[in-house]
Amino acid sequence: MPLPSVIGSEIEYGITVQNDRDFDPISSCVLLVNAYQDADEPEILWDYDQENPLADARGFHVEGEKYTPNQQENIARNKTLKNGARFYVDHAHPEYSTPEVTNVCDLIAYERAGERTLEQARRAATALLPPDQTILIYKNNSDRKGNSYGNHENFLIARRTPFKEIVEHLTPFLVTRQIFSGAGKVGSENRGSPCDYQISQRADFFETEVALDTMVKRPIINTRDEPHADREKYRRLHVIVGDSNMSEVSTYLRTGATSIVLALIEDGAITKNVSISDPVRTMKQISHDPACRREYSMEEGGRRTAVQVQQEFLEMALRYFSSREVEPIVKDVLVRWQRVLEGLADDPMQLHRELDWVAKKKLIQEYMAKRNHSWDDPQVHMLDLQYHDIRPERGLYHLLERRGQMDRIVTDEQIERAVSQPPDDTRAYFRGECIRRYADSVFGVNWDSISFNLGDDPIKRILMNEPLKGTRVHVQDLLDSSPTAADLVRNLTV
Amino acid sequence: MNIARHADDGLARVWGAADQTQKQKGGGGEASSGDADAGSGTKKMAKKGEELKDEMDNLIDEIDEVLEENAEEFVKNYVQRGGE
Repeated sequence: MPLPSVIGSEIEYGITVQNDRDFDPISSCVLLVNAYQDADEPEILWDYDQENPLADARGFHVEGEKYTPNQQENIARNKTLKNGARFYVDHAHPEYSTPEVTNVCDLIAYERAGERTLEQARRAATALLPPDQTILIYKNNSDRKGNSYGNHENFLIARRTPFKEIVEHLTPFLVTRQIFSGAGKVGSENRGSPCDYQISQRADFFETEVALDTMVKRPIINTRDEPHADREKYRRLHVIVGDSNMSEVSTYLRTGATSIVLALIEDGAITKNVSISDPVRTMKQISHDPACRREYSMEEGGRRTAVQVQQEFLEMALRYFSSREVEPIVKDVLVRWQRVLEGLADDPMQLHRELDWVAKKKLIQEYMAKRNHSWDDPQVHMLDLQYHDIRPERGLYHLLERRGQMDRIVTDEQIERAVSQPPDDTRAYFRGECIRRYADSVFGVNWDSISFNLGDDPIKRILMNEPLKGTRVHVQDLLDSSPTAADLVRNLTV
Repeated sequence: MNIARHADDGLARVWGAADQTQKQKGGGGEASSGDADAGSGTKKMAKKGEELKDEMDNLIDEIDEVLEENAEEFVKNYVQRGGE
């Protein structure tokens, strides 16, 4: 049996300030994060003691310096929110990590709650700048000049699942899933071969198959082994190849289908070898073929299109679930996955209501035809960037959504709820509720711990090694019977 | 959200397809006007075509209203540091 699903995402956004000749991304990010006022946002440390980003899933530790900011800097760069999310400065980008959730609908709600949080912070921070300056934020992954920033998905899996099997079976899936999850990009970069338009923002940046790095020589399979949970039992697979999506359907299929394939791997249900001969090169070639017609060499011989590789995974999933109880959301992902693959095999351009790279390509081509532009024109590059603008009134994805031209998965009410409330069914509930109820006593937070400052006593740290404990069902009575943090700690330790 | 209903509608098809890959024309929803009343079919198509064209013109105009000015300068200055 695979583990129950626990997933989350970390999204780095692009940032710039209009009319600021001395634009410094780091200070703009700090301004942004601190301008976000969730009314009574407390000062809480991010607890770096619990982190170890240099442990490798293949079993070794990498030498290197762990980043640990001082206390003041820590508070200035990190906000842990009442919905259980983390909003912070990562290098030179604002980043939003969703709370842990159990299904892909909740993931979309919290990802989009993140967009709203950033937009609220952007407005508040812009108000502090000279009147002619405006902070602009983009949910994309490239500046088209060779610099990329990430979208990382996290999946909780059983430690007993051999990492080698994950590498072997997941690689061809990750290489080909861009046909429905790519966010689209005009041109190429990072020494990629020239093209007008490609499917993925990120494919140009992946240079190796398996490694620990995320910033240089990026790998298709990232080996960071930092479970943020009981490491005897769990692994957190850190998937870094994805694009950030504006389209809900693209996110839904990207993370939904990946969860399904991981369940199959955990349960030993991958019955067919669909390994691709040269995954790194193939990933770039797939991105450069918006017709989705090209065939690629398979390790076992023969050639297949990206759609055919995905169909192999889908068929294995259908066989697997045909004899099992299936959750409604998993069923729905399977249905949509199949429809989208059929559409891609027939004519990808018919999927403009569903997929980011198709929606953006159609919009750009219509604009080019009407205004006589070519792929090299700056207006076209502007359209590419502005598709990802998070401002509802200026972003071009938002324009399409407002006109009813994009399919949705969640409702605006679900997103609004996710801005301020944690999910009920993971430990994020406990984290979020502690911040809401005991803000003044919360000293530090990490994914798997929360610590309290109760005055004279030493700091009390509560460990949360189990991502599916600390849910509303588990802790609501405890919280309701603990008016103060001191009561909570006492009730926990009796 | 109607996930459950959506899933059930498509489910029989999905399970059926586990054994046989079926090819199906997806999306679009254009009616084929081939053998029906040719005259009114053509009129309908023309009307639909006009509607689509109006809708597209309208979208392009809306884009022009919101697209950043000085696109060349803007995209040139959009430089990020690598992240992750």
